[in-house]
Amino acid sequence: MSQHPVLTFTPEGIYCPAGDFYIDPWRRVDRALITHGHSDHARWGMGRYLATHDALPVMRHRLGEITAEGMAYGEERMIGNANVSFHPAGHVPGSAQIRVEVAGQVWVASGDYKVIDDGLSTPFEPVRCHHFITESTFGLPVFHWEPQKAIADELNAWWRTCADAGKTALLGAYSLGKAQRLITMLDPSIGPILCHTAVENTNAVMRAQGITLPETTLADKDVTAKAHPRAMVIAPPSALGSAWSKKFGAQESGFASGWMAIRGIRRRRAGDRGFVISDHADWDGLLWAIKNTEAENIYVTHGYTDIFTRYLNDSGWNAQVIPTQFEGENLDASDDSGEAA
Amino acid sequence: MKAFAALFNAIDQSTKTTIKINALADYFNQADDVDKIWTIALFSGRRPKRAVTTTRLREWAAEVAGIPLWLFEECYPIVGDLAETISLVLPPNPTTDNRPLSQWINDLREVYKADEAAKKAFVLDAWARLGGTERFIFNKLITGGMRVGVSQKLMTRALARATDRDEAELAHRLMGNWHPDDTTWHTLIEADDASADASRPYPFYLAYALEDGPEALENPADWRAEWKWDGIRGQLILRGGEHFVWSRGEELMTDRFPELGRAADYLPEGTVLDGELLVWHAGADHPSSFNSLQPRIGRKTVPKKLLSEAPVIIHAYDLLEWQGNDIRHQPFAERRAVLEQACASLPPDAPVKLSPQLPFDNLSDLHRYRDGARDAHAEGLMLKRSDSPYLAGRKKGDWWKWKLAPLSIDAVMIYAQSGSGRRANLFTDYTFAVRDGDALVPFTKAYSGLTDKEFREITAWVRKNTLQRFGPVRQVTPHHVFEIAFEGIQASPRHKSGVALRFPRMLRWRKDKPLEEANTLDDLNEMLRIYG
Repeated sequence: MSQHPVLTFTPEGIYCPAGDFYIDPWRRVDRALITHGHSDHARWGMGRYLATHDALPVMRHRLGEITAEGMAYGEERMIGNANVSFHPAGHVPGSAQIRVEVAGQVWVASGDYKVIDDGLSTPFEPVRCHHFITESTFGLPVFHWEPQKAIADELNAWWRTCADAGKTALLGAYSLGKAQRLITMLDPSIGPILCHTAVENTNAVMRAQGITLPETTLADKDVTAKAHPRAMVIAPPSALGSAWSKKFGAQESGFASGWMAIRGIRRRRAGDRGFVISDHADWDGLLWAIKNTEAENIYVTHGYTDIFTRYLNDSGWNAQVIPTQFEGENLDASDDSGEAA
Repeated sequence: MKAFAALFNAIDQSTKTTIKINALADYFNQADDVDKIWTIALFSGRRPKRAVTTTRLREWAAEVAGIPLWLFEECYPIVGDLAETISLVLPPNPTTDNRPLSQWINDLREVYKADEAAKKAFVLDAWARLGGTERFIFNKLITGGMRVGVSQKLMTRALARATDRDEAELAHRLMGNWHPDDTTWHTLIEADDASADASRPYPFYLAYALEDGPEALENPADWRAEWKWDGIRGQLILRGGEHFVWSRGEELMTDRFPELGRAADYLPEGTVLDGELLVWHAGADHPSSFNSLQPRIGRKTVPKKLLSEAPVIIHAYDLLEWQGNDIRHQPFAERRAVLEQACASLPPDAPVKLSPQLPFDNLSDLHRYRDGARDAHAEGLMLKRSDSPYLAGRKKGDWWKWKLAPLSIDAVMIYAQSGSGRRANLFTDYTFAVRDGDALVPFTKAYSGLTDKEFREITAWVRKNTLQRFGPVRQVTPHHVFEIAFEGIQASPRHKSGVALRFPRMLRWRKDKPLEEANTLDDLNEMLRIYG
């Protein structure tokens, strides 16, 4: 059995010496395995890309001409001496954890994940391993997500109140994943769903790959509140409060993100309403996932790494912080980073 | 608690004043009198006696949440609010409870006297029954400080709407020392005012900043000028054989400034002065710096030594009540005339001094005064319209403050720490250094002055340029230069740099300046020599 670590942490990103490839690299490398299409994971400029079949359409849409190959969930492939497979991460459609096995030693790089079924992404599956790389975006015990149904009720109640008051409801959400998840949660009997270009383009990519989404209308320059009374508008957060949003007339705005759990952040960012909904695991979700990998060695990136790592060590795991150049999907990073907090 | 929680959510979820006022007015129209008075009390910073210490609350919350105490303590600064942290770590709970707000407050009052086991049982039961906002409010009832963007102004407007009473009158009624435990809605809001508490202050009239200079004012002859002092705004009340001292933040400070009691020897009953509390040594012809007042602010009782080291006076600039009559409606010039008369025969050692008016003929006189403000130990000028009544709160038009341009220095950011509450997960608190040869000497922290966008930009930069972590503090690559503005500078042996700044803040991010052009320790010492 090899004594060398299967995955190492380099300035380029997570590297597998046995297979000579990188996972979600942030510098240009020849061979990149990609967990999902958000732009802080799938970057431009790699020689070859490998991802799940379901992740590829969005990557091609965002990165343009790339040399890329797809794999099915669970399919195995030898790259050099490494046996590689992709497993559902439940983060956004097509998102994967990447399992790498070398000489009987199994590592899993989980990318971003959530453990509940959002009705849109293939649900998270724990993968047994010896070494597990986990994010910790919401790795504090103050983050507990409500069931999706409860948030959907809250969202639709707000929409209905706005519509009845003659106002347009504008909801800020990241255009890949979160936006589509929200759309599926809306009750179309309340009114029409309008989408900002960035969102509608991603909708089109997903529909083309066979994902069913409720009917939406592109909110291009001819679309007005007058022509679409009682509308719900889904847009990237940066579009809220912009000149573009003014054409919807009397309106209320909301923001959908796990960060909305904290009142201070909600008041800073949410406009009128904050909805606590995230494509990342909450505290219990992270711990559940880690337990179910049965891994003893945990590598913590992205988020409250120091605190989460200390907790894991106190609780009997062998955990360490992995410094990353891009530390966190943070709601305050630029909106076009594709993040999906 | 449901109705109050709904009100809280309506206010908390909105940034629009009209929505908040409507929600409050609706609540005041519907709620029970006891709930109403408690609502006013809570939103103005009053609260029931603390039945449980926060130490116990933290321990119990960690226990119920099944997490170690250290982990709870790590969460608290990130969330920024103890009551909220507790609500969030406890297992989510969708239930609500029918007991009204005042019932919960009564229960808390009862449990105040109980032993610890009973207290714990009560709190744990409440946590299990209440979910969401109700649980948060319950915690707030214990920990205090229900700040939800309800200003005094907003509250009085809503009350005026709900009760058909005059806003300014309501503002006055809400001032001072009342507590729901010893008054009622009727007494506070509706009853004739004859029995009003002798200690009750008037709402302070607050000036707006004059950004563009006095050229913006029409007709200089209509205005009066005086120094703007750098102390604590205060109101001295002489009524019923007693004296009361109030801060602008409506804090009763009588016991902190016992020397002001002697004012009753020189001024008649039924007098209320508006002025500045300042340290002023016997025989001195000017006040001491704000720094020398600082040790007096935090102390509830004052040792003799401190009393003689930092004696405080009130520098009076307005008269609100005279011979028991509220004279706020009179023109400023008339109030001043009475004030000057009242102060005419004060001996030099009286704890009241008259803040002088500054005669001027034209605008260039005003500019000259302002330029000399630092030499006069003032922080700028106040300009007041001669015919202005004494209004309540911050009102534009009649009173202006025209402050000195602050001192400033270009400094290097060397540490960053994330903020809390509204600024959680942003790096907003920085430590700055000046150059000393090749070394960097930290000399101040600053938290404010940048836009949210700039904070976001720096936060992203800090993440990529962290050299070392010390708990929540990041040491970053010395690179960015900021212009730090401050109001004063003092020698301070407690600080590594040997100086302490008054009210430091970031004036601008000097992206144009390389590290080498930041100021030096010598520059800082030179400022200390000139302005210290």
